[in-house]
Amino acid sequence: MSDVTELKKTPLFDVHCSCNAKMVDFGGWNMPVQYSGILQEHNAVRTGVGLFDVSHMGEIEVHGPEAAKLVDYVSTNNASKLKVGQAHYSGLLYEHGGFVDDILVHKISDTDFFLCVNASNQEKDFEHIRAQNHFDAEVVFASDHYAQLAVQGPKALETVQKLTDTNLSAIKYYWFTDGTVAGVPARIARTGYTGEDGFELYVAPESAEHVWDAVLDAGKDFDIKPCGLGARNTLRLEAKMALYGHEITASINPFEADLGWIVKMDKGDFVGREALEKAQQQGITRKLAGFEMKERGIGRDGYEVWMDGKPAGWVTSGGPSPTLNKNIGLCYLPVDKATAGQSIQVIIRNAPVEAQTVPTPFYKRAK
Amino acid sequence: MSSYPETYRYTKEHEWVHLEGDEGTVGITDHAQHELGDIVFVDLPKVGTQATKGHTFGSVESVKAVSDIYAPVSGEIIAVNDLLSKSPEKLNEDPHGSAWLIKVRVSSPDEISQLLTVADYQTYVGAE
Repeated sequence: MSDVTELKKTPLFDVHCSCNAKMVDFGGWNMPVQYSGILQEHNAVRTGVGLFDVSHMGEIEVHGPEAAKLVDYVSTNNASKLKVGQAHYSGLLYEHGGFVDDILVHKISDTDFFLCVNASNQEKDFEHIRAQNHFDAEVVFASDHYAQLAVQGPKALETVQKLTDTNLSAIKYYWFTDGTVAGVPARIARTGYTGEDGFELYVAPESAEHVWDAVLDAGKDFDIKPCGLGARNTLRLEAKMALYGHEITASINPFEADLGWIVKMDKGDFVGREALEKAQQQGITRKLAGFEMKERGIGRDGYEVWMDGKPAGWVTSGGPSPTLNKNIGLCYLPVDKATAGQSIQVIIRNAPVEAQTVPTPFYKRAK
Repeated sequence: MSSYPETYRYTKEHEWVHLEGDEGTVGITDHAQHELGDIVFVDLPKVGTQATKGHTFGSVESVKAVSDIYAPVSGEIIAVNDLLSKSPEKLNEDPHGSAWLIKVRVSSPDEISQLLTVADYQTYVGAE
């Protein structure tokens, strides 16, 4: 086991330990991987409501008259088109077109943007954005100012509504507002990483435990469950949401990752644009595809994928899908083969096991 | 929490073996199933193949990860537990009983004495 004393902790660390959560090293953070069990937690989010501590996620603020210009220059989506109170998913790229990170951009005002970034990338992201700051804008590393709780599931709205005067039904998907939750100031965003409806709440670290307890209490009628990173991973995989270090890395560009929709080539210059133009002209060689195991076995992250008797790609994420009761995964394949209905073999402990590419997302909630 | 049977011997890789005559029943410990979490798939060898002490003979997969299982003793595999192909979750419920993994015709019974006693194993997992 790694030396847990050196790992970073969220403000809810003691709460997790007192709930008997199983703790793991996640990118240098001592995080709960599960409480009651991944399957139970997963199902709570699909059918009721679950609560996640995602305070390890980083926050970066961009302020100033040219804040929008800076955000637009360092990210792939069109930040200038966001309305105040709106958020979107976006990419931070290197000049060569690979991912620095994937992020959520929130527009607080014409001169203030709030970025939610991956835990293990936050320092790198901050340095990357600061290095590109040739604008009248200030970049602030704000992770220490926020704890983040995700309340996810079909009963998330009813749960959080008990704790706030803000009319949550009026917040559209990927919009947010600043209000209070359980009597303390909170940024309430209708976003998530589970494929369900839900909210991500940004609160002061010293309020985290109070809000955590209040949400668990408010969700009692719906059998709310505290959920760990294990369920977060199975949920996001079913919804085909990318995980940095798996589907997206420094050597993968957004077109390969099937994330062309977050790239706005018509918005003007941005870091990585030239490389992406070239990728568009020359065409990409590999692309992300979803698969289902056809034989017994589970294709896991990093396993080799074969087609027609030859190596063809690799699994980026794989595991059981509790909702579909199948073993699913995502993999990179040659671009002409990255379509549904292809026969592939996942190499599991030196033996090829039959699988088939399928349409994604694997799971989509009923609207 | 299941208690650890006195008559079993244990490994530091969290397998157990119960020797009756020259027949050894092999499973994983309660500690192992607890660490793995929800078990969703158990991959076991075919009857008639050989198990070699210290070598992997199969794997147990939880939602989160796959773990190799190592043979605590050597010998021919004379039975595998079919229950686990249909109901892998039984391994979470009864790891020391009905959810055994394989039975081995033990070729070197002296290998057993090299394994941990229940007291040694409990001290080992207590300290881990």
